[in-house]
Amino acid sequence: MLRKFAIIFLVITINSNLFAAESSKEKLIKQDWSFNGITGTYDKAAIQRGLKVYQEVCAGCHSMNLIYYRDLEDIGFSKEQIKVIASEYTVLDGPNDEGEMFERPARPADKFVDPYMNAQEARLSNNGSYPPDLSVINKSRKGGADYIYNLLIGYEEPPADIVLGEGMYYNKWMDGKQIAMPTPLYDGSVDYEDGTENTAIQLAKDVTVFLQWAAEPELEERKRLGVKVILFFIIFGIFVFLSKRRLWKQIH
Amino acid sequence: MQDKKEPKKYKNSFLNWIEYRLPIISYLEKEYGDYPMPKNANYFWSFGALLTICLVVMIISGIFLAMYYTPHVDMAFESTERIMRDVSFGWLIRYIHSNGASFFFIVVYIHMIRSLYYGSFKYPRELNWLLGVFIYFIMMATAFLGYTLPWGQMSYWAATVITNLFSAIPFVGEGIKTWLLGDYTVGNATLNRFFALHYVLPFVIFGVVGLHVAAVHVHGSNNPAGIEVKEPEDTVKFYPYMLVKDTLAFCVFGIIISAVIFFGPNLMAEVDNYIPADPMVTPAHIVPNWYLAPFYAILRAVPDKLGGIVLMFAAIAVLFIIPWLDNSKIKSCSFRPLYKWLMILFFVNFFILGYVGMKPATGIYLLLARLGVIYYFGFLLVITPFMHRFEKNIILPNSIHEIYKKKK
Repeated sequence: MLRKFAIIFLVITINSNLFAAESSKEKLIKQDWSFNGITGTYDKAAIQRGLKVYQEVCAGCHSMNLIYYRDLEDIGFSKEQIKVIASEYTVLDGPNDEGEMFERPARPADKFVDPYMNAQEARLSNNGSYPPDLSVINKSRKGGADYIYNLLIGYEEPPADIVLGEGMYYNKWMDGKQIAMPTPLYDGSVDYEDGTENTAIQLAKDVTVFLQWAAEPELEERKRLGVKVILFFIIFGIFVFLSKRRLWKQIH
Repeated sequence: MQDKKEPKKYKNSFLNWIEYRLPIISYLEKEYGDYPMPKNANYFWSFGALLTICLVVMIISGIFLAMYYTPHVDMAFESTERIMRDVSFGWLIRYIHSNGASFFFIVVYIHMIRSLYYGSFKYPRELNWLLGVFIYFIMMATAFLGYTLPWGQMSYWAATVITNLFSAIPFVGEGIKTWLLGDYTVGNATLNRFFALHYVLPFVIFGVVGLHVAAVHVHGSNNPAGIEVKEPEDTVKFYPYMLVKDTLAFCVFGIIISAVIFFGPNLMAEVDNYIPADPMVTPAHIVPNWYLAPFYAILRAVPDKLGGIVLMFAAIAVLFIIPWLDNSKIKSCSFRPLYKWLMILFFVNFFILGYVGMKPATGIYLLLARLGVIYYFGFLLVITPFMHRFEKNIILPNSIHEIYKKKK
């Protein structure tokens, strides 16, 4: 009796947060992401496309402070390619020997360059709203990747009974259904080099995958190791179980 | 000047050398080799061993995290994320530590439920229960302090809400709050001292756990029948019988915790804690970690701030006196047909309190919280002390050995 109770207790505890997330409001349209599931992996081509979307669209306002250019090696860029990508940005360095601050092209060891000097400038340029840093955005919103994807394509004409604030847009996935970010992605906003269709939906998918990678770069390694660790416990457990049964036979 | 020869107790001369100077070998042999366990102990008796493993894993993973973590308001969040990204297997260490905390509490709750259900807290193990509740209390403090360290939104606001509670104490409240924070608001001084305390408290727990284990070994473990061991036939030796059982329990535990660590490492975390702390933005719902939520629900069930705090601390304090509240001579609920169900309802009620503690305190949730508080105290202070006067218990077996004879 108590045993059953303990199991139920455990299961509910682990799932309670999940239920809480799912029961709220409208259901997110779930995507079949390649990184879902026990053997989930990243589609590197999609991450690279997503990076392009980030660079050409999102990076205008959103920083990614936790990501370094060197991290791009993870998604299939060579060291040389990364040097070229980084050198397109300028960072403020110094002081040098003369005590002066100076600008130089970014290097692989630099963080993704901020679009703004500071939070005040960011707010000033965005009607008072602060565009959040995107490094761990997929981990910091309920629904994760699905939420981000739905938000990106979730712009609609507001219903008649809703009065939007000044400079605000209607997006049913946002808390309070108002968002300061205008529709970010349109069909053809970004040109892909690999011939993938550049519809708004495809762009949103790709940038979501990129953001997922940014939030959880360890995901593939984590899941691979997880399978091994659990297999170890199962096999070791079977041996222990057999010896336990044999030992306790004399007792019962 | 060597007097008589050293006694040859063990085959291994090194063990003899140690044993003669510090009789630790015979101590280990007695406590972890020949130590008699009631042979009817079920798998609930493996949770003590699991807790020891949890504590050691938490301390070790915590030490490694502390090597890379920076307790400064401007760097704490980033250093936590850098551990996840740039430290070799840093993500694993951190996820072990953060999920380990949750599982530590799951296991400790099951351990406490076991103790309550089978009456392990009764004579002659009352001191054990006291030490255990004390450990639980320090664990909650440690977990709260640890929750603040990543300096995300929930960290900051949980710290603000919890320390604010102290300001409700009449006259000295504000002073105590400032003294705890080291500042007038939650800030860098607070984070620094929270880190220092979070590092040291686990070692306090470790010490009290030592006493807790030593105390249980004096009279031996309780068992599901709740009757004391009478003859050697009632028991099995710890090695190998209990060791193999505990190892099996550890394997099952390992599978479950690995499933969470590797495939859903953030299931038991609040998403808001991946947003850096911002004193200017209050989250819509400030949620404590789930394992503290029952007490948070009790706190909010009372409309008065001071009243809520008194009730919350009373809810913990009342746990200490449970051995003197339950006057029934029968230990195990298996032999108390009515009380058993009220006991199970008490566990369910505690769980519901935890659930509503994570929901906004309005409407149905507030009502549930209030009913929960009434049953929590009603069960412990009214039902438990008087139940044995009305209840007819099932007849106890004469000895543990007899249970097995009957089965055959």
